[in-house]
Amino acid sequence: MDESEDLTQLDPRYKTMMQLIAAIVAVALLVGASIAEFAIPGWTGIVWVPAALVVAYLVFYLPMRRYATRGYSLVEERLRVVRGVLFHSDTVVPFGRVQHIDVGQGPLERGFGLATLTVHTAGSHNASVSLPGLAHEDAIAMREEIRAAIRRDTQ
Amino acid sequence: MTAREPDYRRTDPKGFIVRAAMMLAQLVIPLGVAAVTIFDDGDFGGKIVWAAPFIAAIILFNLVVAYLQWTKLTYTAGATDIRVESGVLSRAARSVPYERIQDVSLEQKLLPRLFGLVEVKFETGAGGKDDLSLTYLSEGEGERLRELIRNRREGAEDEASESDTERATKQVDTIFAMGPKRVFTFGLFEFSLAVVAVIGGLAQQFDFLLPFDLWDLDEWEQRLAGPGQWLAGLGPLAQVAGIVIAVAMLVVLGVATGLVRTALREWDFRLERTSKGLRRRRGLLTRTDLVMPLHRVQALRLNTGFVRRLFGWHSLKIISLASDSGGANHDAVPFGQMEEIQPVVGVTGFDLPPGDTTWQRAMPEYRIDKTVLAVIVLLPVTAVVAAVGSPWFWLAPAAGLLFTLAEQWWRWRHDYRALGERQIYSKHGWFSPSLAIGSRVKLQSVDIRQGPLARLRGYASLHFGLAGGRLRIHGMPLAEARRWREEISRSISSADFSELLETKGAPAS
Repeated sequence: MDESEDLTQLDPRYKTMMQLIAAIVAVALLVGASIAEFAIPGWTGIVWVPAALVVAYLVFYLPMRRYATRGYSLVEERLRVVRGVLFHSDTVVPFGRVQHIDVGQGPLERGFGLATLTVHTAGSHNASVSLPGLAHEDAIAMREEIRAAIRRDTQ
Repeated sequence: MTAREPDYRRTDPKGFIVRAAMMLAQLVIPLGVAAVTIFDDGDFGGKIVWAAPFIAAIILFNLVVAYLQWTKLTYTAGATDIRVESGVLSRAARSVPYERIQDVSLEQKLLPRLFGLVEVKFETGAGGKDDLSLTYLSEGEGERLRELIRNRREGAEDEASESDTERATKQVDTIFAMGPKRVFTFGLFEFSLAVVAVIGGLAQQFDFLLPFDLWDLDEWEQRLAGPGQWLAGLGPLAQVAGIVIAVAMLVVLGVATGLVRTALREWDFRLERTSKGLRRRRGLLTRTDLVMPLHRVQALRLNTGFVRRLFGWHSLKIISLASDSGGANHDAVPFGQMEEIQPVVGVTGFDLPPGDTTWQRAMPEYRIDKTVLAVIVLLPVTAVVAAVGSPWFWLAPAAGLLFTLAEQWWRWRHDYRALGERQIYSKHGWFSPSLAIGSRVKLQSVDIRQGPLARLRGYASLHFGLAGGRLRIHGMPLAEARRWREEISRSISSADFSELLETKGAPAS
């Protein structure tokens, strides 16, 4: 990515949150693997070893990669959202096309003080662009900035 | 219960007759089924005496319900909104402010049409189900309501500032119309293989309903041999004749279906330019009347077919914010030559691509990758099926493979993109080639997408946010995609979305 230097990184707490979510999945996976391990007679570790590899990938590698590939920028009255590890997507929404803005917080996000900013356009495909993993006060500030830009335009 | 508005109106009393007739029609089928299941032991006359009062009671009950519903359904066109109150036992009152009404459309189904009634639909952009509709008003009342709402919506300020040019466009001029001959030609091209396949399948399923056996060649032989004994002597030739006749019958059915469907939909098609936008009327039994405000036009799509391309027939669709029944694409010219389509495109404020447009193909890497992927998947499948399956079965995956190769080759030859001063163009498609024309200002967002393979090979897809449709361009070099996005973002930022919507009546610029 040659244009990525002007991107703002997401809040570092988002990385921790993604790891926590992955850890919850991992625990369920390990429980399943353990049951399978005891149920299947044979060598110890035939299920545990692959399960441990998957868990390591999910909890340690993937959140890092996802965090590293995500970013946003708010220059020239445009919101740019970049995401995707395998399938890359790089979206630009000019402020003039934003119909309404949501700032949402799930229970986990509340615990970490994070928020998701979602902007909606009138498009019928790709109509809402969401940007998770912002510090809550940053999300509020971005919302205010976009709203101010919209009001300035319509006056 | 809410207090009635003082100047409320009811729907047309004849609408009550139509509703009652429709209810009865709905009743007849279940009653018929019930009658068959109850009375199939033969003693019909005896039991009908007992059943008749029940049936009469049910019919009477339905009539009473229809009547009560009619008396309780009132509407009021107020100063700022239109209100509809309805319901016999549970009352519902809905108010829709004039500013939120995107469009008013009138629809006439067969039965209401006989009585001169229309269904008035108020489109609010809430997406289908939640829209307000009034069934049924007299034609005059429907027209009055539409004018009233249009005028209320445009507001006093438009009225005052209405210039001379605006007044001049008040006079209606027809910009496209289809006579019976054109509809007939259109119908011939609407011959669809799918219909033939379905009819063929049905004929096989329900051949016991036919007076003869469609697939029994021997019988065909006899049938043909019947009138002239000389056919019987020909033997195998008669069999060939049987097959030819069966195929010919399917073709005739396919053509006839196409003709009937097209005539029902497109009969007496008229597209007019009025001061409020493009007005379209069409339909034989169900006549629809729709107005597409020009400032709501988002993009155009020019389609043609594999065969009709050879004869120069094209169709023009308008992608607009208001939703048509069944889709956001309005048929503006369903079937016409380019020189007929050109003026319509001009009216919408768009332009056909100028002659000096620099068209660009998708990257060769993109086509090669798609082809290679198809080969990787389908070649082993063909081999495995050829080795394991029954003798001729491998032809299916092999045909799929050939089709994909031919498609990629065709699309390499015919898919182009171009970035104009005000518009973007994308030509694509293989069986039914189409050209999309999007206004750069009217796009909502731009998205560059890359899969793992695309990143490796350096191409990207551009997905545009478009109100009412989708617009995608695949296989661009990444740097080119970035350049397009930069230019288009600049165009988008030059005008706020509400400005685009508020310049009423003015064509897109």
